[in-house]
Amino acid sequence: MTTTQYRVIGSRPVRHDGADKVTGKAIYTADMKLPGMLSGFVLRSPHAHAKILSIDTSEAEAMPGVHAVVTGADFPNVEDKIADLGEGSVNLAYLSTNCMAQKKVLYRGHAVAAVAATDVHIAEEAAAKIKVEYEVLDSVTWVLDAMQDDAPLLHENLLTDSLGKKAETPSNIPVHMHFEKGDVAAGFAEADVIIEREFKTATVHQGYIEPHAVVADYNEDGRLRIWTATQGSFTCRQQTAEVLQIPLGNVLVTPCEIGGGFGGKITVYLEPTAALLSKKSGRPVRITMTRADVFEASGPTPGSYMRIKLGAKNDGTIVAGEAWLAYDAGAYPGGMIGPGCMCVFSCYDIEHAVVDGYDVCLNKPKTSAYRAPGATQVAFAVEQLVDELAEKLDMCALEIREKNAVKEGARRVDGPVYPPIGLEQCLDALKQSEHWNTPLEGPHRGRGIAAGFWFGCGLKSSAACTVNSDGTINLLEGSTDIGGSRTSIAMQLAEVLGLEAEDINPQVGDTDTAGYTDVTGGSRVTFATGMAAYEAGRDLQQQMKTLAAELWDCSAEEITVNEDGSFSGNGNQLGFKELASQLFAAGEHLVGRATVSPECPTNGFGAHIADVEVDPETGKVTILRYTTIQDAGKAIHPSYVEGQLQGGTVQGIGWALNEEYFFNDDDTMANADFLDYRVPTMLDVPMIETIIVETGNPDHPYGVRGVGETPIVPPPAALANAIYNATNTRMTELPMSPPKLWKAMQSDPSAD
Amino acid sequence: MPATKKVHVTTTINGEEIDFLCEPRHSLLEVLRDNLGLTGSKEGCNNGNCGACTVLLNGRPVDSCLVLGVEVEGAEIETVEGIACSSSLHPVQECFLEGAALQCGICTPGFLVAAKALLDKDPHASEETIRFNLAGNLCRCTGYDKIVRAVQAAGQRMSADA
Amino acid sequence: MAPESVSEVVSVLGEHGDRAKLLAGATDLLVQLREGLREADVVVDIKKIDEVTSYKYCEEDGLSLGAAVTCCEVYEHPLLSRLYGALADSTQIIGGWQIQSRASVGGNLCNASPAADAVPSLIALNATAVIAGPNGEHTLAVQDFCTGPGKNALESGELLVSIQVPAQCDNCGSAYERFIPRNEMDIAVVGVGSWVKLAEDGTIADARIALGAVAATPLFAEEASASLIGKQPSEELFAAAGELAKQIATPLSDKRGTKEFRTHLVGVLVKRTLTVAVERAQNK
Repeated sequence: MTTTQYRVIGSRPVRHDGADKVTGKAIYTADMKLPGMLSGFVLRSPHAHAKILSIDTSEAEAMPGVHAVVTGADFPNVEDKIADLGEGSVNLAYLSTNCMAQKKVLYRGHAVAAVAATDVHIAEEAAAKIKVEYEVLDSVTWVLDAMQDDAPLLHENLLTDSLGKKAETPSNIPVHMHFEKGDVAAGFAEADVIIEREFKTATVHQGYIEPHAVVADYNEDGRLRIWTATQGSFTCRQQTAEVLQIPLGNVLVTPCEIGGGFGGKITVYLEPTAALLSKKSGRPVRITMTRADVFEASGPTPGSYMRIKLGAKNDGTIVAGEAWLAYDAGAYPGGMIGPGCMCVFSCYDIEHAVVDGYDVCLNKPKTSAYRAPGATQVAFAVEQLVDELAEKLDMCALEIREKNAVKEGARRVDGPVYPPIGLEQCLDALKQSEHWNTPLEGPHRGRGIAAGFWFGCGLKSSAACTVNSDGTINLLEGSTDIGGSRTSIAMQLAEVLGLEAEDINPQVGDTDTAGYTDVTGGSRVTFATGMAAYEAGRDLQQQMKTLAAELWDCSAEEITVNEDGSFSGNGNQLGFKELASQLFAAGEHLVGRATVSPECPTNGFGAHIADVEVDPETGKVTILRYTTIQDAGKAIHPSYVEGQLQGGTVQGIGWALNEEYFFNDDDTMANADFLDYRVPTMLDVPMIETIIVETGNPDHPYGVRGVGETPIVPPPAALANAIYNATNTRMTELPMSPPKLWKAMQSDPSAD
Repeated sequence: MPATKKVHVTTTINGEEIDFLCEPRHSLLEVLRDNLGLTGSKEGCNNGNCGACTVLLNGRPVDSCLVLGVEVEGAEIETVEGIACSSSLHPVQECFLEGAALQCGICTPGFLVAAKALLDKDPHASEETIRFNLAGNLCRCTGYDKIVRAVQAAGQRMSADA
Repeated sequence: MAPESVSEVVSVLGEHGDRAKLLAGATDLLVQLREGLREADVVVDIKKIDEVTSYKYCEEDGLSLGAAVTCCEVYEHPLLSRLYGALADSTQIIGGWQIQSRASVGGNLCNASPAADAVPSLIALNATAVIAGPNGEHTLAVQDFCTGPGKNALESGELLVSIQVPAQCDNCGSAYERFIPRNEMDIAVVGVGSWVKLAEDGTIADARIALGAVAATPLFAEEASASLIGKQPSEELFAAAGELAKQIATPLSDKRGTKEFRTHLVGVLVKRTLTVAVERAQNK
C-alpha cells in the first residue's frame, strides 16, 4: 500500500472544463458551425447482405440545395494494404469499405452513398432519391451458424489463419487462436470435480449518448481539416489519411468535446465520407449519425458462444481449465477474440489450461472495442463456473476465489507473468466490507460475487507545459477528455510542481499542436498521459534548476527541488511560482515537455458484490444493493475513480439484464433505438457503493493503475451468481432478461 | 414531412423575447441549435428516449426534439443556457460540478434542466422521486449515483438559500 | 396550423383528408412521421382549442377529459387521481416526465397502439369517446375505438374531442399495471387495467378488466370480468379471472416478449391489478 502523503493527488478539485459543461457552452462536434457549412446524410443498406448491382445518383444530384453526392466509386482503391495504426494494424480495404460499401453490403446500415445539401432534411430527401439496385444474399447473424461450412460467405477470399497457417478454402473465420500452459489432460485427471457448461452472450452496444459526428473542410490546397468526436485524434488522422490515400501531414484533426465513447469512437466511420463531400462541394460538411445509424452502423461488441470447463481438487485448488470461444467480429475480421482468450482465466492461477478462440465474420456491423473488450463475456462464464465448483466442494464463493486468486509471479495462459497486482487485496476488501458482512434476508433474494480483470495499457502520450509570467501553467496534451482526464492529468503536474490543480490550465490539443498521443482507451490516460505530464513537469524543473543556478550563481547540481516544489540552493529558496516569475522577468520562456511510451500493462483487478430480488412470477430482477471494489493503484481524483467504477458497473448491469441486439427474420436489427435497446435508466439501479483499493503501481510515479474498463467485467457474472442464489436457476445466456429468466425458472425443476 | 413555407414565430427564451422563422417540419431542438445558436440542448436520439434535449416549455420539462418549432408561438422556454443567474452558477450546476456528477457532459444539460424543474417543485425530493422523475434522462457514463446525490445536494442548498 | 375551434379542425380535415394529421402532444406523431410510418402534408395543432385542452369533473356525469389534456395534468390532479386510479397509474408511466408533459390521453387512444398504457384503463373505466365530424358529434365506447394496430374508428374528417369517463362511487376502485423489462421508459409487454365496484357486503358488484399488448387492439375481458361478480374478493378468485383473461389473449413474439411469456403475464397482472383495485375501493 502506498503511504506517501500528497497535496493535490487524492483531492477532489472541480474539473477545469466543468463550468463550460454545466452551462451548455462546451462545444461538441454537432455544435460546430462553419461559414457555408453543408449538412450530410448517409444512405444506408436496408439489407443485411446484398450485392450492389448499380447506384444511380442522378436524381439526387439534380435536387435544388444538393451540392455533392458520393458513393464507393469516389473512394480511392486501397486494396488489401495493411496499415499500422499504433495500437494494432488494420486492413485498409476493410476499413475503407466499412466507411462506404463498394461491391457488397455486409450488414443493415452499411453506408452506400452520401449527400451534402444546404439542410439535413434536403440531404435526407435527396438520399431517398438515390436508386440502388441490390441482389439480396443469404445472411447470418449467429456466430456458430456463421462457422458452418455452408454458411453464407461474407468475404470470398478470406482464409482462416490458424497459428500462422492459412486454410485452403475460404470461410467466415479469419483467425483461430490457441493458447496453452501445462498439461491439460493431466490437469483434469487430477481434478476431483469437473464442471463444463456452454454460455452465450448477445451483441451489445456502447450506447454513448452523443451520436457520431464530424465536420470536414477540404481546402483547395489539399489541406483537410476535421473536427470530430473521437477517442483519438491521431489515430483518426491516420485512418482518414490512409483511407483517402492523402499525406498524413495534410490532415488536421481537432477533437471536439466528446459525448462518450467507451471504445466505440476509435474507428473512423464518417470522416472520409465527410471529407470527400467537402472536396466535391468546396464547402465544409457536417455529418451526424442518427441514433439508428449508431446502433446499426458503428461498432458494437461481439456476441459470443463459449464452452468452458474447469476442474478442481477437493481442497478447492482449480487445477485445469479449458475454453473454446467463438466471438463474432461483425462484418469484417478483427473482433475481440484476442483479449477474450487472454482474459478467460486471468483471475485464477490455474496450472493447466488451454484456450481456443475463433474470430468470426457475420452480417452485423463490424465490432469495435467496448470497455474491456472481450473480457465481460468470459467473466460471465468463468465466474459462474467458479461458483459452481465452490458449491460442489461445499466452499464459500469468496473462499474459492481467495484460494485461487492470481498474485505476483502467476503466469497467465497467454504467457505473461504478473508483476505485483491487487486481486487478493480486492478480495480482502470485499471480505471486510460492510456489504459482505450484512446478511441478506427475505424470499427470492440472493447475493453473488465475481472478480474481473483488464490489462490497462501504456502506449504513447505526450504533454507540454508552458509557464506563464505568474507561474501558472498552460498544459497541452493530446488525450481527448471523456470523463475529466484533463483534471486528473493536470493534478499530477500540479503535484510534481508544488502547485494547485487550479494553477494548471489544461488543454486538449489538436494533431498540429499536441505531441503524438494514442487513443483515450485501454484505461491508459490517467496512467500514461498523467505520466507524460509528470515527466514534462520534471523536464521543467530541470530547466529551472539550470536557470536558477545562473540566477543564484551556483551550479545546477547545487539546486534542490524540495518536496513542496520549491527550489533552493546557495542560500536561496523560492517557490515554483516565485522562481518562475523571476525567470520570466529575466526573459526566460519556459516550456517543459515529455513523451512517454510505457509498455507494461497496469493490471486492474476488481471484485463485485450484488444483491438481487427476483420476481418469481415475472423473472424481473431488482438490484437491491451493489458494491464495486477495485484496485486503482493510486486514485488521483477519487471522485473520478468512483465515477468510472459506478459507470462501468451500470453498463455491466445493463448488459447483464436487458441489453441486446434483437434481429428480425431478415437479419436486420429490430431495436435500433433507445426505446427497445434498453440501457439502464436512473430508476433501474441503486446507488453503486465503491471501495477503492490502492496497491500502488511500481511502474508509475504516483502508483496509478488504469481503472476505466475493469468495472464492466464482473456485473453479469455477479448478477448471475446472485440470481442463482435467489432462484436456484443457472443463467448461461445474456441478457438475463425477464422472459428468459422466467422461462429458465419454469424449466428448472430444482428452482424454488 | 415535406418542406413548406417558413413560419414566423415569436416566443420567449430564457426571459428574452425572440422571433425566428422556421419550417413547419423543424423541431424546437433544431430551431434552438441551428437557428438560434443555443447548442446547449443536445440531440441524443431524436425520438424522446434520452432526454438530452430537455427544455422547459411553459415551466414543464419536454423533449425539444418532440416539439415543433411552430408550436412555441407565445410560449416561454427555458434552456440550459438560462439556468445560471448572470455571473453565478445555479445550485444545481454547482452541485453537479462539486459532486463530479458528469463525465462526458453530453447528457448534463438535459439533466440540469429536468433536475431544476423537479427541485423548483420539490427541493426535498427523495432518492426515489428523483430517480422516477429523471428516468427520462439517460446517462451512460456515471451510473447515476453521483447525479442523484448532486440533485439531492442542490435541493438542500436551494432550500438553505431560500 | 393551429385552428381555434373544433369546427375549424373539421373543415381542415375535410379539405386535406388523410394527408392532414392532428397533433396534440406530438410524442408519437413526430416519431412516426420521421420514421416514415405516417405521412402528412398538413399537421394541425389542436392545442389552441379550449374544448380539447380542458377537462371538467362533476359528481353526476363524471369526467370529461379533453383529447389533448396531458398525462401530467391528469396525475397531478389529486381528485382525479384518487377517483380514477387506473388512469392515474397509466398516465404516470407513459414515457418519462418530459413525455408526460406533452403526451395526452386522447393521443394515446387515437394512436391506437395495442400496447397503449391509457387504453386498458379507459376500457376498464368504461369510458366513451366523443367524436366530432362533418355530420356533427357522436359517441363511441372506448373499447370499440381501436380497430387494429395504429388504426382507429375515426372516419375521414373526424376527430376525437374528448373522453367521457363515468362518475365513480365511493366503493369503486381501479388500477393499471404493465410489465416492462426496465422500470420506466419501456413500452408495455403486457398491460392490464381493472375496475371494480364493491357491494355493501364486500362482494364484487361489478367489474371490468381490460388487456393491452396481447392482441391487435386493447381488449375488454368480458368473461373474466363477469366471473368476479357476486363473489368475495380473494387471491384464488383473481387468479381464476386471470386464467379466463389469458384465454382471449393472442399475443405475438417480438423484441418485447414471447407469446408464452405475454400470455403468462396476463394472469399475473390481472391478479395484481384486481388486488390493488379492490384495496382502493375499500379504502376510498
